[in-house]
Amino acid sequence: MRVVIAEDLALLRDGLIRLLEAHDFEVLEAVDNGPSLLRALTTHRPDVAVVDVRLPPTFTDEGLRAAIEARAQLPGLPVLVLSQYVEQLYARELLADRSGGVGYLLKDRVFNVGQFVDAVRQVAAGGTAMDPEVVAQLLSRRSAADEPITTLTPREREVLGLMAEGRSNAAIAARLFITEKAVSKHTNSIFARLALPPSEDDNRRVLAVLAYLNG
Amino acid sequence: MVNDFVNRIRMLVWALLALPLAAFCTVLFVLAVAGFPLVVVWVGIPLLFATILTLRPIANIHRRYAGALIGREVGSPYLRRPSGNLLVRMRGLLIEPATWRDFAWVAVNGTVGLVLCIVGIVEGILDLIFWWLPPGMMVRVHAYLACALLAPNERTSLAQRVQQLTESRAETVDTSAAELRRIERDLHDGAQARLVALGMSLGLAEEQLARDPDNARALLAEARETSSAALAELRDLVRGIHPPVLADRGLVGAVRALCLAAPIPIEVTDELSGRLPAPVESAAYFALAEAVTNMIKHSGASTASVHIEHREGLLRMQVRDDGAGGADESLGTGLRGIARRLSAFDGTLDVTSPVGGPTVLTMTLPCTS
Repeated sequence: MRVVIAEDLALLRDGLIRLLEAHDFEVLEAVDNGPSLLRALTTHRPDVAVVDVRLPPTFTDEGLRAAIEARAQLPGLPVLVLSQYVEQLYARELLADRSGGVGYLLKDRVFNVGQFVDAVRQVAAGGTAMDPEVVAQLLSRRSAADEPITTLTPREREVLGLMAEGRSNAAIAARLFITEKAVSKHTNSIFARLALPPSEDDNRRVLAVLAYLNG
Repeated sequence: MVNDFVNRIRMLVWALLALPLAAFCTVLFVLAVAGFPLVVVWVGIPLLFATILTLRPIANIHRRYAGALIGREVGSPYLRRPSGNLLVRMRGLLIEPATWRDFAWVAVNGTVGLVLCIVGIVEGILDLIFWWLPPGMMVRVHAYLACALLAPNERTSLAQRVQQLTESRAETVDTSAAELRRIERDLHDGAQARLVALGMSLGLAEEQLARDPDNARALLAEARETSSAALAELRDLVRGIHPPVLADRGLVGAVRALCLAAPIPIEVTDELSGRLPAPVESAAYFALAEAVTNMIKHSGASTASVHIEHREGLLRMQVRDDGAGGADESLGTGLRGIARRLSAFDGTLDVTSPVGGPTVLTMTLPCTS
């Protein structure tokens, strides 16, 4: 799988390269600033990009902007954004085009190598990977008294949270030690209670959930 | 015609009211003159103190009415009273420039003013009979005289400004010292402690790698969790010092991010072009953040809006909600905190919150950019 990396700290950049190469990724280019990132993305058209939000020259949200710009030029270009902190505002901007293939994770998640590599693969396949912290923010915001979300059972909330992180039914089942059938029973019930249109496609379902939580 | 008549009556009434005040000034003047030499035998001190304090309300009455007659507002030149024992407070009053101008006013009003009032009464009666005469000339002269002596001049305004700055600086120093202590404590108990634990886990793991690989693996997993926790704590801390989104997106972006996370819908509108100077931006953000948090906690509102605009060197931020109202700056520590934050930058907080709502907080910060 071909990947472009953008990270300005050399130590972390080398770490990411090593980590991804050890998992059979081919690193096409590793850049350290916003403009080069945009150029690398549009010329290489990688299978996936792993991008740090904060990059030179401005050291603000240069990476995010470059990623969004690249996705505007190449719709659906899979991008996994890493950040030292997560901001709901940025998650919303990444999800705005609703074409999937986006990830937004805390840098800490890289520590758990297995899960991180899974997330990169998932995004490359057009899926979504949202940081549990973003999802927690979204859920807490939707916890006001009269929201339909409050009618969910604790188990359904758990499933909803995992679904919003971008996990498939199989992954949710494995995580909660229940059968896939049980998971799909929960998801159907969640969709009914939140009045969302049912969908068999995992990815479209995630986007619907995120759009609902973001709305 | 009727208006003119009412006006003439008004002038006469003011002259009639001003006369006893002027006479009282004469008494105060005599007391003050007597009071100074008597200071030597102590009796003068309370006498002088009492004179100064009675003088102020009388001067304020003249400020109000003279201002109304001339058609411009005459501000109060007094400083806030210093707190402390009697001697400190007396000293404060005596070194205040406005006190001495008040004495000058007493002298003038007790003599020239008295005469003006007597002539003014006569003139007022004549004005009622001879309607073609211009009304209340003496009363006007009296009012201009009062304005000239009682309006804040450069010296008293400067004294007020110095007092205001001293107070806001002291508050700023206190607040920032408390913030630093909090940061130090958070670092010490949080990230720092976790890094120590991390080092220990790693050291142990290194030692046991050969002998007990399973245990070493468990220790490494523990180390990874500890480093995650340390990062999470540092992240929260950084958010409290200077939210990264504020650095990235400026005031409006940061406020939008803040409002997105709120449990009720908050609409954010702005008329802002470009970035503000960093100190103003951060002061404005924290004031707004506190206002929004406060609103969510206390108002019981179901919707709210925030408007930010920058016009003519003034940044104005308004937080509006449809909650229960009844917010009072003198009661809530939250609102006082906001006012304190703003005062360090010469900003102001204005609260209108009738019981039953809606509540509107208006914050301003001077900002030239």
